[in-house]
Amino acid sequence: MADAKLPRFDTLALHAGQRPDPTTGARAQPIYQTTSFVFRDVDHAASLFNLERAGHIYSRISNPTVSALEERIAALEGGVGAVCVASGQAALHLAIVTLMGAGGHIVSSRSIYGGSHNMFVHTLPRFGITATLVDPRDHDAFKAAIRPETRLVFGEVLGNPRLEVLDIPKVAKIAHDAGLPLMLDATFATPFLCRSFDHGADIVMHSATKWLGGHGVAIGGALVDSGRFDWEGGKFPTLTEPYAGYHGLDFAEEFGPEAFLMRARAEGLRDFGACMSPTNAFHILQGVETLPLRMARHVETAFKVARFLQTHAAVAWVLYPGLETHPDHDLAKKLLPRGAGSMIAFGIKGGRPKGRAFIERVKVFSHLANVGDAKSLLIHPASTTHQQMSGEELDAAGVGEDLIRLSIGLEDPDDILEDLDQALKASQKS
Amino acid sequence: MDLTVDGKGVFAGTGGRPLEKDRPLVVLLHGAGMDHTVWVLQARFLSHHGFSVLAIDTPGHGRSKGSPLATIEAMADWVAAAIVASGFERAALVGHSMGAAVALTAAARAPEKVERIALLGASLTMHVHPGLLASARDGTTLAPDLMTSWGLGRSAQIGGHPTPGLWLTEAARRLIQKGVGPGLAADLQACTDWKGGEEAASKVRCQALVFAGAEDRMVPAKATKEMAAAIAGAGIVTIPGSGHMMMLEAPDATVDALHGFLSGKG
Repeated sequence: MADAKLPRFDTLALHAGQRPDPTTGARAQPIYQTTSFVFRDVDHAASLFNLERAGHIYSRISNPTVSALEERIAALEGGVGAVCVASGQAALHLAIVTLMGAGGHIVSSRSIYGGSHNMFVHTLPRFGITATLVDPRDHDAFKAAIRPETRLVFGEVLGNPRLEVLDIPKVAKIAHDAGLPLMLDATFATPFLCRSFDHGADIVMHSATKWLGGHGVAIGGALVDSGRFDWEGGKFPTLTEPYAGYHGLDFAEEFGPEAFLMRARAEGLRDFGACMSPTNAFHILQGVETLPLRMARHVETAFKVARFLQTHAAVAWVLYPGLETHPDHDLAKKLLPRGAGSMIAFGIKGGRPKGRAFIERVKVFSHLANVGDAKSLLIHPASTTHQQMSGEELDAAGVGEDLIRLSIGLEDPDDILEDLDQALKASQKS
Repeated sequence: MDLTVDGKGVFAGTGGRPLEKDRPLVVLLHGAGMDHTVWVLQARFLSHHGFSVLAIDTPGHGRSKGSPLATIEAMADWVAAAIVASGFERAALVGHSMGAAVALTAAARAPEKVERIALLGASLTMHVHPGLLASARDGTTLAPDLMTSWGLGRSAQIGGHPTPGLWLTEAARRLIQKGVGPGLAADLQACTDWKGGEEAASKVRCQALVFAGAEDRMVPAKATKEMAAAIAGAGIVTIPGSGHMMMLEAPDATVDALHGFLSGKG
């Protein structure tokens, strides 16, 4: 029987997008810390600008180090390509402005990162783009919220902060039946745990700052396209009608499966300019190299911590999709077979004052506004990441005052458990 | 642009510029199960460097409706008709893989319409692996996987593509996945059934250039050399670091060689 042999996930994590440097032989990815690239001649310059030749012009639009990271993330997700940008929020913004203009509408899960919520509810409306937020488990609500002017359905693979598992196949079908793409924030899952495109998603975004980098030293974002969505049909004129910004270029007609990414780069990075620095791309590449090893350890320890918290006297409740008690446990086993991530949410008995005491007593954990570091982190979302939300919005997103969010790192699992135990016990005595 | 060939509407990309009668016509012919988008950079470059370009979707492919043509000879005759339908008398034909067989056959059957031929990933016979043929007929995911695995050179499978951010393995697979169905199966059957390579090559009197991918496993160097040797006066150019999908894997080297040849400098 014939067999297709292509490099597998762990090999791609190390090699995709980068061959040894042709000039120096450098094995590691060099940092091309340059703003611009010399043209061979006048015709070469004109051809690059007119998208007749492939290559780099100016590092706001593309850069070889950034491009290596783009290929690597695309390879791991199974996408036709990627555009890396300054942050996860820049990736979300770039996708939206590539797909729609004023008058556009988004249907989104309401269990999303606070910054994404702010963009949808407070910022984009100033530019004429609105959003309807729905319960990620209420699939009828997704369907009901779609309007003629809707251009995108959005959600997070693992909701923030209550870790709902999005039923990607079901939500994708709802989107596709309405002629819309499904875009997912896959930051919490990473492609190691969930290959979103295999389940029906069309576009994936990452805050590469988190598990992809894994070391907490570089901010970055990525936008990956499956290349499967058919943009024709009239809803996406940015991709299917002549664009005056490139002498009448019709991106879908000429670039086929790469249309969305070509427009995102050619227009979005050219005009909005939220590019990733080559040095940040280098740092994130170092993280991606060990993504499979780190994620395996992250989910192993997270499961131990979730089980530990479940039986702790100071804990009122625990949310972790890897636990049988989580409402989406069966879905997690199906969509995230290698593990349900390393985020855990739990409620501390005694509410906000005990939570404050707990946070002030942890020693291994760091109290800060990030997730996905190699080091264990924690935060109180109601007073930080989700602070801009009203009480009503917090209730809708399931962010209670007792909720503490953990990002489980790579320390010795026993040190993590001991730290949580002592801080939880101390909190109840305060 | 939309064309009417043999009474049926078909689509052809023009590389971002409309056809102009005073510019020589180049027709770009895709391989099995593919469409005009495989030529995106070559089409854009050539159309902005002195040529009128038709990157044709043959019937049942890409944006062209209708049933796929069953034989290489039928495709060759159809291409000759497409040249006339576009308002030109003659054209240079550039074909990839199955498209190369079509270009070769058209040059033999309709020499008055063919100015010159460039053959990428071409061989005198095209025996398709039975497993690939069966999976194309069954419409399984194996056919695109096999074609991606065999079609891309080892270098391309690792990446480092000159187009920023492009992950070619998946882009190629996606393109072929779109072609799965009657189009791909019919094309692969037509390739397997094709027996007229040597005869067609012996009849070619126009200029010919054969492109070899240095890492091509579908058409190894021996087959490329045989093709070049069978055409009187044919040249051969090797694209370094490229497998079978050279216009995608090495777009710059491919277009440079093509432009030189089509301009009469190669």
